[in-house]
Amino acid sequence: MNFKESIPYKLIITGAAIGLLLLLIWISLFTGIKDISFASLFSDKEQALFFIISRIPRTLALLFVGAGLSLAGFVFQHLSQNKFVSPTTAGTLEAAKMGILFSIIFIPEVPLMMKMSFAMLFTFLASLLFIGFISKVNIKNTIYIPLVGLMFGNILSAISTFFAYKHGIVQNTQEWMLGDFSSVLQGQYETVFLILPAVVLIYFYADRITIAGLGPSFAKNLGLPYYSIVYMGLFIIALVVSSSVVTVGAIPFIGLIVPNLLSLIYGDNLRRTLPIIAYTGASFLLFCDILSRLLVYPFEVPIGMTVGIIGGILFLVLILRRKK
Amino acid sequence: MVDSQKDYLTFQDIHKHYGEKIVLNAISAEIAHGKITSLIGPNGAGKSTLLAILSRLLKQDGGKVSFFDKNIGSYKGQDLAKKLAILRQSNHLDLKLTVEDLVSFGRFPYSQGRLSSEDKEAVQNAIRFTELESLADAYLDELSGGQRQRAFISMIIAQDTDYILLDEPLNNLDMKHSVHVMKTLRRLVDELGKTVILVIHEINFAAQYSDFIIALKNGEIVQHDKTNQIIQSNVLRDIFEIDFDIIDRNDKLICNYFNL
Ligand SMILES: Nc1ncnc2c1ncn2[C@@H]1O[C@H](COP(=O)(O)OP(=O)(O)O)[C@@H](O)[C@H]1O
Ligand SMILES: [Mg+2]
Repeated sequence: MNFKESIPYKLIITGAAIGLLLLLIWISLFTGIKDISFASLFSDKEQALFFIISRIPRTLALLFVGAGLSLAGFVFQHLSQNKFVSPTTAGTLEAAKMGILFSIIFIPEVPLMMKMSFAMLFTFLASLLFIGFISKVNIKNTIYIPLVGLMFGNILSAISTFFAYKHGIVQNTQEWMLGDFSSVLQGQYETVFLILPAVVLIYFYADRITIAGLGPSFAKNLGLPYYSIVYMGLFIIALVVSSSVVTVGAIPFIGLIVPNLLSLIYGDNLRRTLPIIAYTGASFLLFCDILSRLLVYPFEVPIGMTVGIIGGILFLVLILRRKK
Repeated sequence: MVDSQKDYLTFQDIHKHYGEKIVLNAISAEIAHGKITSLIGPNGAGKSTLLAILSRLLKQDGGKVSFFDKNIGSYKGQDLAKKLAILRQSNHLDLKLTVEDLVSFGRFPYSQGRLSSEDKEAVQNAIRFTELESLADAYLDELSGGQRQRAFISMIIAQDTDYILLDEPLNNLDMKHSVHVMKTLRRLVDELGKTVILVIHEINFAAQYSDFIIALKNGEIVQHDKTNQIIQSNVLRDIFEIDFDIIDRNDKLICNYFNL
């Protein structure tokens, strides 16, 4: 047995990883225009209130969305049997936005949960359509599939924009284009906790999802109902994506790069990699958010942009690596 | 009770077509229980299609497959997965899994993912059976084609079903491991009473190891008999349209067709 598999090594790595996450959480909680120190939380009532209403929700939302979107991306890649499929490259984010838009058009004063339900319905149908499409067309070159997905997303986006113009709410839609955590406040972000049941479902379905990733015949040989697993997986993806988009807007690329990078190192057995994916996704998003807040301090770069730039670069690197 | 004289996997009037093209033309047969049956025939004869239909992976357009006196379609997925396993011809694998991960999946019908000590033992036995101990932790995408094929066979062994269907399991295997796989199948049949049906291209392996041979051609069964009845130069010439010279060595028939 080599050192890398020894128990002390694993403990050290796990310890260091948890330490890093705690550090990021700490920085995330205490970074911002309003200068809050740990000590003042106990002395200054106003500061403590601000901390509870704004800072804690923001950090929690980052953790949930980062972990959730990364896991959703991994599930999507298994179900589509394509490493480049993710909510960003399958039109799923656009479908969620479309759902929100339609909820606003059809229901005046639409409550958050209703927005969420619309978004879920639209994301589920869009990912079903996408998976159905790629299983029918049988494209050999895997690079084309995300391109088709991006096109699909653009079409959905164009339709949304058309309706937004017609109803004079273009301003509104622009807001969801780039994800943003700065407006996360207590009382308006709780939809993000819907990611929790989704992660629990992924945990219980981990083996089934991995087996589905080996194809319908493989799953059927083991007595598994392949299509039920696919529907379940798409439901999970819809739940994660729509609760993210409803709460903080679209965060691109994270569901693509986090699982891909980790799969290169830790492999594709979901039961084993689930905690690592959740951890890395959460840390990565926290890191990007801190960067967004510090880059042009005291202003904020929308996190969607930070993630988009870092993610886009990593995505290109990945394509070049996988092509080899 | 299982009666060893009776055949439990049978099919009647199986018909399959893709568009205008008839792939299987109303064929019927009974698969000998507790024996090895080889499916032979030229490319495109319909061998893979037949095997996929027998294992409910593919729906036939007509006819009926019956397994232990029940329509195979009426079994619950999980129940059938404990009785009948299939390994398809091409197992494209894009996932990064270890050999042991894959073999463990063979226990899924029993364990639903939570391996009992019995399951773990079955996994280790299957890995040992296929001589993959030293590669148990290796990722499948880093193995040679032959090693990967053995990992899939190992998974099927771990699945521990009475019926094992294999589509060209010797694909990619070197001579040593081809012989090893065939000997393993022989032992599974002789010692554990399993039934094996496999598609095989190398006629000599079929000749040496199978009890029965079914020859398919253009979607029809042109021969179905005991091995030694099929391994005859005139019979084989009709199936494959090349010449064969049959050499009899202590009752073992060897076919030479390489350069006649
Ligand atoms: N999905 C499919 N669509 C159209 N034709 C098919 C399909 N699968 C198999 N075929 C055709 O059916 C015939 C038999 O195929 P197959 O059973 O794979 O042959 P074998 O395994 O004997 O080489 C071939 O002519 C093949 O082209
Ligand atoms: Mg074939």
